[in-house]
Amino acid sequence: MAAGIRDKVAILGMGCSKFGERWDAGPDDLMVEAYLEAMQDAGIEPTQLDAAWFSTHIDEVGTGKGGTPMSLALRLPNIAVTRVENFCAGGSEAFRGAVYAVASGAADIAIALGVEKLKDTGYGGLPTGNAGTLIPQVSPNGSAPGNFAQLASAYRTKHGVSKDDLKRAIAHVSVKSHANGVKSPKAHLRKAVTEEQVMNAPMIADPLGLFDCCGVSDGAAAAIVCTPEIARSLGKKNLTTVKALQLAVSNGSEAQYNGWDGSYFHTARIAAGKAYREAGIERPREQISMMEVHDCFSITELVTMEDLFISPEGQGWKDVMNGFYDADGGVPCQIDGGLKCFGHPIGASGLRMLYEMYLQLQGRAGERQLSNPVFGMTHNLGGSPSTNVCSVAIVGQEGA
Amino acid sequence: MVGIAAWGAYAPRLRLSRKAAATANAWVAPNLMGKGKGERAMANWDEDALTMAVEAARDALGPGDDRGHVDSLWFASTTAPFTDRLNAGIVSSALTLEKTISAADVTGSQRCGLTALAQALTAVKAGASKSALIVGGEHRRARAASAQELDWGDGAAAFLVSGDRPAAAFLGHGAITDDFVDHFRGADAEFDYQWEERWIRDEGIVKLVPPAITAALAQAGVEAGAVSHFCFPSTFPGMAAILAKRLGIPDAAVCDNLAAVMGEAGSSHALIMLAHALEQAKAGDVILVAQFGQGAEALVFRVTADLAAGRPARGVTGSLADRKEETNYLKFLFFNGLVDWDKGMRAEKDNKTALTTLYRNEAMILGLVGGRCTETGVVQFPRTRISVAPNNPAVDTQEPYKFAEKKAAILTYSADYLTFSMAPPNHYGMVEFEGGGRIFMDITDVEPGDVDTGLPVRMVFRLKEVDEKRGFRRYFWKAVPDRTAQAKPAAVAAE
Repeated sequence: MAAGIRDKVAILGMGCSKFGERWDAGPDDLMVEAYLEAMQDAGIEPTQLDAAWFSTHIDEVGTGKGGTPMSLALRLPNIAVTRVENFCAGGSEAFRGAVYAVASGAADIAIALGVEKLKDTGYGGLPTGNAGTLIPQVSPNGSAPGNFAQLASAYRTKHGVSKDDLKRAIAHVSVKSHANGVKSPKAHLRKAVTEEQVMNAPMIADPLGLFDCCGVSDGAAAAIVCTPEIARSLGKKNLTTVKALQLAVSNGSEAQYNGWDGSYFHTARIAAGKAYREAGIERPREQISMMEVHDCFSITELVTMEDLFISPEGQGWKDVMNGFYDADGGVPCQIDGGLKCFGHPIGASGLRMLYEMYLQLQGRAGERQLSNPVFGMTHNLGGSPSTNVCSVAIVGQEGA
Repeated sequence: MVGIAAWGAYAPRLRLSRKAAATANAWVAPNLMGKGKGERAMANWDEDALTMAVEAARDALGPGDDRGHVDSLWFASTTAPFTDRLNAGIVSSALTLEKTISAADVTGSQRCGLTALAQALTAVKAGASKSALIVGGEHRRARAASAQELDWGDGAAAFLVSGDRPAAAFLGHGAITDDFVDHFRGADAEFDYQWEERWIRDEGIVKLVPPAITAALAQAGVEAGAVSHFCFPSTFPGMAAILAKRLGIPDAAVCDNLAAVMGEAGSSHALIMLAHALEQAKAGDVILVAQFGQGAEALVFRVTADLAAGRPARGVTGSLADRKEETNYLKFLFFNGLVDWDKGMRAEKDNKTALTTLYRNEAMILGLVGGRCTETGVVQFPRTRISVAPNNPAVDTQEPYKFAEKKAAILTYSADYLTFSMAPPNHYGMVEFEGGGRIFMDITDVEPGDVDTGLPVRMVFRLKEVDEKRGFRRYFWKAVPDRTAQAKPAAVAAE
């Protein structure tokens, strides 16, 4: 295995816009909001940026294609801007590009920015994506909740969990994130809910109700990265460094070969295993201080707890019910509210997850601050359970 | 001896309660309350004349038939989905028939189903075809609150004609052609325009059908009194009995026109009644089938000792038994495009079909043909140059592998209320096939609570989407519960 990225790159600064139904803001405004905060945090001038990676997913609304929307909005000094798109994991992809540019020495300082302006569609939920000319001729006319709801049917069958028990467990996933969102000023949804409210909400895609689905939000997030040496030369201390960056992509073995049982993410297990090796983590349940996972739907988060090897297989739903992932639990999860409540502007989400891990590691998470976090993990998924891209990133205290 | 070697039929599972429909319209059409009895077969939103015909053909051919023997195909309908695209060509691709077959659409009159069957019999008799497949399907649309809406039904039938030990031997054919316009539907019209029933009965049917029948019986060398089954569809009460009496056909030979249980399926209805008669016949029986339409067409058969070999798994009897009563008349209106309803913004998605893509993937999309690795035996959908087998991505080892007749079961599913669907919630899921392979696909003919993991399913050919902007229809395969199967097939491969 390659030597890996561990401790080769530090986060110099980060920024994140207020997420939500930003009727007041276009994609340019959202980008500027995240960018100015990140630049101020980094303490650098635009001319010090060597390269940029730009993530946005949906062309039909938002910015349109290419690298120009970011360069134009931020008036970047004619540097390289690479637009990346990898379903909902684009934000992590932008980060990976910037980190690798710095690690290679091709750039001293690089910026990753993700943005999505979803609330220009005219209706609730995500717009249907473009899947080329062949797939629409054979694939079901489905939705994201319908695709992810498939997990629930397979999980309860495999592990012998009753429909009611699983419905209550996934309800708790959402209750926990809503409780966290209350303490998150930039979050989209900041209201606590009860298990009963979640369980009695209108059905979206069986068994997922309205509160099992994440917010459809506008927002942007940005990270500025450099080597630890440059960060120190710029006066930074207590550095947050990158420990692992992994991406695993489906090759059809789940969707087209009779092996995968539909109850978990094949890619997440691969990406997590590689990330732990890259970061030198041997006992994730004990060593990971906190995490932000891709809780697009409550059932996604529940099975992900097992795919990241934090909960034993088939036991994730019990850990959820026992509060292991609550803010005061063993491994606090979605401490900022997650996709569920902070919101899910697709191209920005991977960077939003890193933003919370960075704030926590820097001791700047305000009311949400956890005590002495060492390693923060982000899990950013794009696609559907049977065909997806899965990013797992670990950041932490330098030297840890 | 030339004749019918096999037959099959299809009636959509939904049956509209005529009482429900008549009651809903009683405020505007109280005279129709008298017709508020029994039920009519009602196509699901994703069924049309062509999809139903494909199902009937599959029933006739059976799951084990490799279909390579079929060398000609006739598709008969007055409600074919395409005016200028060979509808029989779509049937052929769905059935994975050979590219070398001849094929034709037969249309333009209510008797066209029997015309197609007569042409196929003639072709086989002449040696121009050895194994001919005739399929008829009708998806009949009538105005809301019309008598036709209650009288008609949707359905299909199929026959395999050959010269090799038929189930029913072809004895005679008679035809009359006369431009008697009892009703018509102009090229751009949505609905039929009907003339007075009494005139149609007395001046049309009673005068034009008997000569066709007499000619057919004469050619067959059979006396009218020897007819054991007389199939004559008509929505006029007692019409077949009136003809029988005039012709000397025994009263007992007059067949049930299925009006009470399915309604009249247009040009397919004589075919459906013929199939139904075969299901009740015994060796030696004489079957006379005729249908009216700008004259008439009549055919005579004698059932042989090989009758059982042609009997389908479902047939008319099995199809009619697999039913679900629909009492929601509004659903019928929605499914038949008779209400301009609010489909929501999600329905605005453009579903233009790339015809180039469709043709490149014709076997995959229309035939549900995947691949099987000749080295490892791994089966997959779709067929690809590089095998999906995790431990052996062999290159260019895949041979075509047909999924349509394989048994399968639900691995994962959801009922989706968010996405646009003509019949929400939209059910779809991962379907795993006995013998290998899986497809993430739509599940149809179900309601909430019908689907669970492990549910046995079978494949059906259905409408995938309708492109209203361009008048195009996409077809693909969907899963429906296999209501005859019991157990879940075992998984065949481990990861």
